Amino acid sequence: MTDIFKPELVCPAGTPAALRTAVDAGADAIYCGFQGPTNARNFPGLNFTVAEMDKATSYARDHGAKVLAAINSFPTAGRTNIWKEAINDAVSIGVDAIIIADIGMADYLSKNHPDQRMHLSVQAGASSAEAINFYCSRFDIKRVVLPRILTVAEIKKVHDEIPCEIEAFIFGNIGMMAEGRCSLTNYVTGKSTNMDGVCSPANFVHYEEDIDNNLTTRLGEFAIDCIACGQNAGYPTICKGRYNADHRGAYYAFEEPISLNLTHLLPDLIKAGVSALKIEGRQRSKSYIRSVVSSFRNAIDGYARGETPDISDLLALTEGHKQTEGAFKSKIWR
Amino acid sequence: MNKAKLNIGPNLFNWQPEKWRDFYFEVADVAPIDKVFLGEVICSKRAPLFYGEFDKVVERLEKAGKQIVFSTLAEVTSNVDRRLMEKQANDKNFFIEANDIAALFFLKNKKHAIGSYVNCYNEDALEFFAKNGATNICLNPEMPKSGIEALNKIAKQLDVELEVQIFGRIGLALSARCYHARAHDRVKDTCKFICDIDEDGMDLTTLEGQRFLTINGIQTMSYTYLNLVNEISELQEIGINNFRLSPHSSGTIKASKVFRSLLDGEIDKEGASAMLDEQDLGAPYSNGFYHGIAGYEWRV
Amino acid sequence: MIARNPGPETGTTAGGRAQGFARLLPPLPLFVIQPLLTRIVTNVAGRHPELFARLGDSCKKRFLIDPSNMPFFLMLQPDPDIPRLRAYNRGSSIEHDVFISGTFGTLLQMIDSQIDSDALFFNRDLTITGDAEAVVALRNALDDMDTTLADDVAASFGPLRGPVRLLIDMANRFSGNKQ
Repeated sequence: MTDIFKPELVCPAGTPAALRTAVDAGADAIYCGFQGPTNARNFPGLNFTVAEMDKATSYARDHGAKVLAAINSFPTAGRTNIWKEAINDAVSIGVDAIIIADIGMADYLSKNHPDQRMHLSVQAGASSAEAINFYCSRFDIKRVVLPRILTVAEIKKVHDEIPCEIEAFIFGNIGMMAEGRCSLTNYVTGKSTNMDGVCSPANFVHYEEDIDNNLTTRLGEFAIDCIACGQNAGYPTICKGRYNADHRGAYYAFEEPISLNLTHLLPDLIKAGVSALKIEGRQRSKSYIRSVVSSFRNAIDGYARGETPDISDLLALTEGHKQTEGAFKSKIWR
Repeated sequence: MNKAKLNIGPNLFNWQPEKWRDFYFEVADVAPIDKVFLGEVICSKRAPLFYGEFDKVVERLEKAGKQIVFSTLAEVTSNVDRRLMEKQANDKNFFIEANDIAALFFLKNKKHAIGSYVNCYNEDALEFFAKNGATNICLNPEMPKSGIEALNKIAKQLDVELEVQIFGRIGLALSARCYHARAHDRVKDTCKFICDIDEDGMDLTTLEGQRFLTINGIQTMSYTYLNLVNEISELQEIGINNFRLSPHSSGTIKASKVFRSLLDGEIDKEGASAMLDEQDLGAPYSNGFYHGIAGYEWRV
Repeated sequence: MIARNPGPETGTTAGGRAQGFARLLPPLPLFVIQPLLTRIVTNVAGRHPELFARLGDSCKKRFLIDPSNMPFFLMLQPDPDIPRLRAYNRGSSIEHDVFISGTFGTLLQMIDSQIDSDALFFNRDLTITGDAEAVVALRNALDDMDTTLADDVAASFGPLRGPVRLLIDMANRFSGNKQ
């Protein structure tokens, strides 16, 4: 055994079955949300009732894992009571931490449940030491989930200047826009990512396959992409779409369908002081959870033993079958 | 009722310094504008480009009786961003509008404004910001009427003035990546300020030829121009008294005159609407967000 | 059985394998399989009432399932009152809200929770058109089951459960799916 710090492996769950799968596959903590608009993955058929969250938390606890409740969308004026109820329910259930994005809800949680552990959601978009320090000074934030826009070097600097733990994404879907600051979906559908917890809501997504198997993806009125037969597809999100500019033909103006995979940066992230490594994908299946969680469990344990594990079999689970180290590796990505 | 204020939000684009200067000179000389927001919001690399003209612009605007507010960066990632944010937020000469929470770190014990890039969607958030020293809050343009109404009730109690954008392209998203640079096969560090070729942003068209979005460096904007000419009287009834025009390379001064006349009751909304329709901005108007529908839509 | 497993071969798609498997079958007389389908869907619905809560309004939707290398379509209506699963001959025009198409092998892997359906979609092994909300709800509802749908299909056969589960495993292997 080397003395390398072993970070917490934080895994997603969209259903109780997925949560049990993640626990069984070796997750240290599982993040999940209630049904409805209070979390940033408000998808049909996904998420937990209060009773399910209660049961799931017991299951996790019995198996030595933590539950982090994501209450990380932004309540619109006039309906904050839904979010406050969710916070109160999560506290009553006894989840290990609540992940909050909205500054008003952070204020509510810290005033009404001062002993409840609070994490600052990636959706809060706190990307600098100054922003994080502001949150920490006002609320007793124990951990910040960093936006996926910083290099490892920048993460190290942030770490050295803040009083709380850092959680960083290592695998999964990579949104191109700064978290908590994107109204693209609302512009096209009338449903807001921040206020309704949806990104490209399924009831606005239409796939049309023509006779030659070209697949057109449409969100509301707008064609987001047209994928030729044999090409890999991605999620129907605006920021992974293909468009024309006047000076050039069709191109991925923001990013191509691709997923984040920081396997090779794990040792660097750990050295930079990251306390928890997060896998994206509450909308994914148990099968995804099982593969990704067990792979990263092995990788983290391997690194802790001083080995260099190989995680090459995760590619099939990535969007468009492509992976990137995104902003983390260097500033060239920007 | 207080006299409604008409304000010009921060310029979001990378104009040539002369163009930038002349725009504000014209605002000072002929535009019926109360408050002018200066300062680079989008890109820390652009900020120094305007330093040479800054004092002249400030002097001319102040002489014309315009109130000047200094807007900070909306996104902080690199060290350059951090240094610029510190400099902007610590500026002693101006009232500051914070566009990222990082600015609040520097604005301790100092009254300030909250810009539309900081999320303030509900009563609890508004109360927090007010107690932290905010006296003015510009709402995110995606806020529907019901939300504006509910927020204004608490804003009144806390003595906070709310502001609503009523004209100009809508900022929809920010990113760490510069999409102007990407469109020209460059990256942010080697961009050579290519964004200066598009005075109102670079349009993106869908593969089916539909105009869709507009790129402005790290920002993604609506292709349509927000226009709340038909909703402004309702906003006044709700109690909103601050209206923001977001500047464009043309049409902004004229729009300010039309909206001023409308607010002063000199013309009605049909007249104002017809006058705004006369100018060709090259893109249609939208007002969907206000009505709680897709933002790009236009509801009469 | 295992000895006859052709084993993985690079470069062969699941689709190609499944077509080979399909050739082993005689043309299906639909009146024979229809009672089986009804038994399966009734059994699954009875065992998993929580499925319908997750489905929400999507339980009224008509899911047309197209095992692209089989001579028939399946129509699923996961209505909690009268759940229906019907087979139709290929070529007949069938009204539906959702169309899900993939080889028999791909679909089998999916209902056996062997593979992530998003991954199948990214890879274009699975084609989905129509009401995407209903598809997402159905996927999430099925994914929350502790047993797999394939297990439940097997269980529907009562005393024949074991042999049927074996058949499913065989089919999975024949269609080139990893176990």
